[in-house]
Amino acid sequence: MTAIRVRDLTKVYGEVRAVDGVDLDVADGEFVGVLGPNGAGKTTLLEVVEGLRRPDSGTVEVLGEQVWPRNAAVLPRIGVQLQASAFFERLTAREQIRTFAALYDVSPARADDWLERVGLAEKASARVEDLSGGQAQRLSIACALVHDPELVFLDEPTASLDPQARRNLWDLLSGINEAGRTVVLTTHYMDEAEVLCDRVAVMDSGRVLQVGSPAELVRHLDAPARILVAPGQLDEAGARGIAGTESVEVGPDGTVLTTRHPADVVARLGELGALDGVRVQTGTLEDVFLALTGRSYRA
Amino acid sequence: MRAFSAIAAAIVRGFVRDRASLFFAVVFPLMFLVFFGGVLSDRGQPAAELVQVGDLALVEALSPEAREAFDAAFDVRRVDDLDTALEQVRSGDADVALRQDGGTLVAHYTQTDQVQAAVTQATLRALVEGTNVALLAQEAGSAVPFALDVERVEDESLTVIQFVTPGLLGWAIATSAAIGAAATLQGWRQTKLMRRLQLAPVRTRTIVSARVVVTLGIALVQTAIFLGVGMAFFGLSLTGSWWMAVPLVLVGTLCFMALGLLAGALTTTAEAAVNAANFMVLPMAFLSGSFFSLDGAPRWLQTISDLMPLKHLNEGMLDVMVRGEGPAAALPVLGILAAFALVVTLVSAKLFRWDSV
Repeated sequence: MTAIRVRDLTKVYGEVRAVDGVDLDVADGEFVGVLGPNGAGKTTLLEVVEGLRRPDSGTVEVLGEQVWPRNAAVLPRIGVQLQASAFFERLTAREQIRTFAALYDVSPARADDWLERVGLAEKASARVEDLSGGQAQRLSIACALVHDPELVFLDEPTASLDPQARRNLWDLLSGINEAGRTVVLTTHYMDEAEVLCDRVAVMDSGRVLQVGSPAELVRHLDAPARILVAPGQLDEAGARGIAGTESVEVGPDGTVLTTRHPADVVARLGELGALDGVRVQTGTLEDVFLALTGRSYRA
Repeated sequence: MRAFSAIAAAIVRGFVRDRASLFFAVVFPLMFLVFFGGVLSDRGQPAAELVQVGDLALVEALSPEAREAFDAAFDVRRVDDLDTALEQVRSGDADVALRQDGGTLVAHYTQTDQVQAAVTQATLRALVEGTNVALLAQEAGSAVPFALDVERVEDESLTVIQFVTPGLLGWAIATSAAIGAAATLQGWRQTKLMRRLQLAPVRTRTIVSARVVVTLGIALVQTAIFLGVGMAFFGLSLTGSWWMAVPLVLVGTLCFMALGLLAGALTTTAEAAVNAANFMVLPMAFLSGSFFSLDGAPRWLQTISDLMPLKHLNEGMLDVMVRGEGPAAALPVLGILAAFALVVTLVSAKLFRWDSV
């Protein structure tokens, strides 16, 4: 079954086509990432799909239902974490999640369970204003999950977190998906999308440029691999002699060979006894992203 | 119902944990009450200083009881020319200059000290009218008992606390209702909490009514604290239909919540919304006689004042709480406030945008 079905969706703000003819399908139980630079239209796309904004054209179906106008049948089945920390002011973590639980008619005991599951039991009596960025995000996610929704939307859950807090949150997020829920997440971190997502939609200027699993996207990019051979293992002429090598670069850290046939080249290096300290870098999602969205700086 | 009480509880907690909003809603207006009621109160106030210009036949003609009241109310000094007397009043050395012009007693006073001026005026008027009654009675040859109750006049309508409590209460309610609504609207929009609530299976009217009910409750608590402090410490005494102040407070609160919504709809941050609400309410409080009476103000100022909902709220509360008017006196005020609330709410709804985008 399809959790989300978006067809030819467009949302315009004045001159800006924030979402421009987007098609997207998300299957049940899938973990899908919407990847794109700031201002690509990720948040607007999510907000239209959630039913917060009226689409200018196109159709959106969530769990088999229309989302616009506000559809009370869908709301209890979806969980949403918005970009900002949408909390009631000056409540403690426990009061916060219990308030959200009450909105969904969920018992306080289950709300407290969720606090435990996101590792905030110790912070239950701390006011939301006193939580760290990572703790606030975890609380926010717990508030989105408190009614046990089938489909969860997370809008940049790891933005502005330090590396430890991000990885800590990744564990939580993959746990959510393993429990059978469908998860849609926006991010501009490649590593995050690569680790978490079954499929990624790369978005820029309101359009979805490519959709596929991270591995597919990288394969599709057909970027050459870079093989770094440690200094002193191989001279430049020897390197050029290896079949399949496209270019060779000698630097202080060693010799870099560029090739589209890394397996053959590595095998040959083995025959030459030059494998000590070899590092192979294949294309990454980051390469895909930069290839698709360009490298020009944008604020 | 669970959703309603959960949201209401969250708002109440947010309010009582916010020292600043608690201060401006309760403590700050109470400070004014203590200031006006305690410091400026005329209870135990020294007698007014009266400068007598020449002879005052009418005063000499006072009956012994009235004379006693006159002596209790005034410290009399005598000067011979009017200019000296007026100069003394102007410079604040005397409260009132009194002369007799034929059959008319002329009192010169200054508006600088309005309370003293009002007390003086009322006392003199009571004396004159009392004397007239006595004289008429004498002429008619009938023995009408001399009845003049100067004290009554002061206690019932002229003590400072009686006058300032309704006005300050009106201001306190207006401020916290407007700021509460403005801060909630903008704050919830800014943190996207409003969006988040939109995605919960809760009706908008549940959320709105939770906010309204909490604000109404806060206004009633403010009223209880004000009247309690006024009665316990400053000798405030309420007149017959004071209970009509309750509907006045409730409708007044709705009216100022509407203004707060307008402030929230016109601005883009919570801080700006609160400032805008303050900017609407504080000047209005001055123009509505919350801090001092506008009776002596120029006509045009009074006309502006009549356009202010707070002026009507204040007047309505004065009528039923201390002027002894019947419950019906509050009805037109309730109508004006409700109409104002309705119009401003509709305008705000028209101007409201979910996002600043």
